Amino acid sequence: MTRLTVPKTYKLYLGGKFPRSESGRTYEVATPAGEFLANASLASRKDARDAVVAARGATGGWAGATAYNRGQVLYRVAEVLEGRHAQFVDEIVAQEGVSRAAATAQVDEAIDRWVWYAGWCDKYAQVAGNANPVAGPYFNISAPEPTGVVAVIAPQDSSLLGLVSAVAPALVTGNTVVVVASERFPLSAISLGEVLATSDVPGGVVNVLTGSPAEIAPWLASHQDVDALDLVGAGELDWPALEQAAAESVTRVSWPEQGPDAATPSIERIRAFTETKTVWHTKSLL
Amino acid sequence: MTLERAVAPAQRAVDILGGDVSESALKGYLEGLPGVDAVGLEQRAAGLGTRSIKTSSKAWALDRIIELIDLTTLEGADTPGKVRSLVAKALVPDASDLTTPRVAAVCVYGDMVPHAVEALGAAHGDPDQGLVSVAAVATAFPSGRASRAVKLADTRDAVAAGADEIDMVIDRGAFLSGRWGQVFDEIVAVKDACRKADGGYAHLKVILETGELNTYDNVRRASVLAILAGGDFIKTSTGKVSPAATLPVTLLMLETVRDWHRWTGEKIGVKPAGGIRTSKDAIKYLVTVAETLGEEWLVPHLFRYGASSLLNDVLLQRQKLTTGRYSGPSYVTID
Repeated sequence: MTRLTVPKTYKLYLGGKFPRSESGRTYEVATPAGEFLANASLASRKDARDAVVAARGATGGWAGATAYNRGQVLYRVAEVLEGRHAQFVDEIVAQEGVSRAAATAQVDEAIDRWVWYAGWCDKYAQVAGNANPVAGPYFNISAPEPTGVVAVIAPQDSSLLGLVSAVAPALVTGNTVVVVASERFPLSAISLGEVLATSDVPGGVVNVLTGSPAEIAPWLASHQDVDALDLVGAGELDWPALEQAAAESVTRVSWPEQGPDAATPSIERIRAFTETKTVWHTKSLL
Repeated sequence: MTLERAVAPAQRAVDILGGDVSESALKGYLEGLPGVDAVGLEQRAAGLGTRSIKTSSKAWALDRIIELIDLTTLEGADTPGKVRSLVAKALVPDASDLTTPRVAAVCVYGDMVPHAVEALGAAHGDPDQGLVSVAAVATAFPSGRASRAVKLADTRDAVAAGADEIDMVIDRGAFLSGRWGQVFDEIVAVKDACRKADGGYAHLKVILETGELNTYDNVRRASVLAILAGGDFIKTSTGKVSPAATLPVTLLMLETVRDWHRWTGEKIGVKPAGGIRTSKDAIKYLVTVAETLGEEWLVPHLFRYGASSLLNDVLLQRQKLTTGRYSGPSYVTID
């Protein structure tokens, strides 16, 4: 018996919910051969604004959770991703037009990176922090603290792996994220949002916008309540202008990376969105 | 301020009811008011809330909202220092943009009035002249559960300390039990206690606490009752009961005020209070007032917002309009 197809509506992922763009706009996502694949939301500047508000609201809870708990939650994301493995492979094949083997490799690598970053949650502070020697009866301790709200322009030539590689490291230390997904391959980003929504990640910790980075990025860069800007996928944009706009409110900026090695896992990506807090504490003189 | 507008207690009731201001006459009059079409009211309010406001109108609206705010702090933990910082915020809402207008008034508990008056100094006065007045809540706010003698003493105390406006609560228990005469008498007595040393009256805002009145019919009756007894303003809520101000309730009160204006030519003020936290919400109220009563009602002596966190959101929107980029909570005060 033939069935009617049930096409999926890809919406945004904002504050733990899946709303349509407030502008009501959508755009067509096509296969590399030019066939219609799905409609995705075309996010507006107001969606970006709402996303930042949601991300700001989630900072306290996420940064305040214990590092161990954050690690558990991020590992849970990897578990749920694993369960949806086949769905992601299908989406990547449809969007990118690559072979199943290549798509499978991409999903495997994405899951492995989640696990790798999840493991860093309760280990990073030991590596990046320090007990500083001081000339006095004090402990002097430096520890990495999350920067706050990180806006990410995800790598544009990858549907899942680039996104994961850019988002996961920012989450490790307790930042919250507003990510603009790949314009050509946005579907995996929203499916990843579904994974996040069902794996103990509090609403607002990750917010996914789909649409035109050229349209949204300037608003995120100039937004006074964004603390850091990851331009990893902004190589095609006028990114020096974005960096300039970000400088107005002393926003941390990390630069675009190109090619297949873009956003390779590294402890540097975690460090890029932390600030060092140094505290003094008296030693007991007993 | 507003001496010429303030009427003597109960004068309106005498005029309307023809000298016989007995409980039964009052009851007959209030029960004779037409019932409220709840579905129509809510639909109208929802419709007024969907207007799209474009940039230039929005800039006007944001400034006007600030000019109509009663900047409020009504916490048990209030201190003179908190009131001084509230007054500082009232006078210069946004230190990064000195073109930002001042708010209409600061609203505090009665014992904080002297501190507010002192902190305002020369800026204390009529908001219609760009100054900031002092409003005090009185009559055992927020519950209103105290003897009449205590309520009146509370009121006199605040007026003597320099309050220009008194926000009183009605006795909801008496109102809901049908003892409307008692509520009426109490408003009249409080209005009397609002008499200042110079012979004028402090502006009286009557808080109906619509969240406890249960029906729209009750809201209309309480509104008319408060107006008859001499209230200069009718105010939705204390902000301590949920739901506080809602758009349909405010619309109903505005319509009551509009009808009163048609009957008598007199202009009564309306103050929605509690739960209005975003510019978007505040603009809906602005639209509702303009559509129901006309723009001439959008002045400090006829319309106010009772709010504390609203001001910061309006300032963020205002900063967005002036700078062209989104602002954040780090750029306004922590209250």
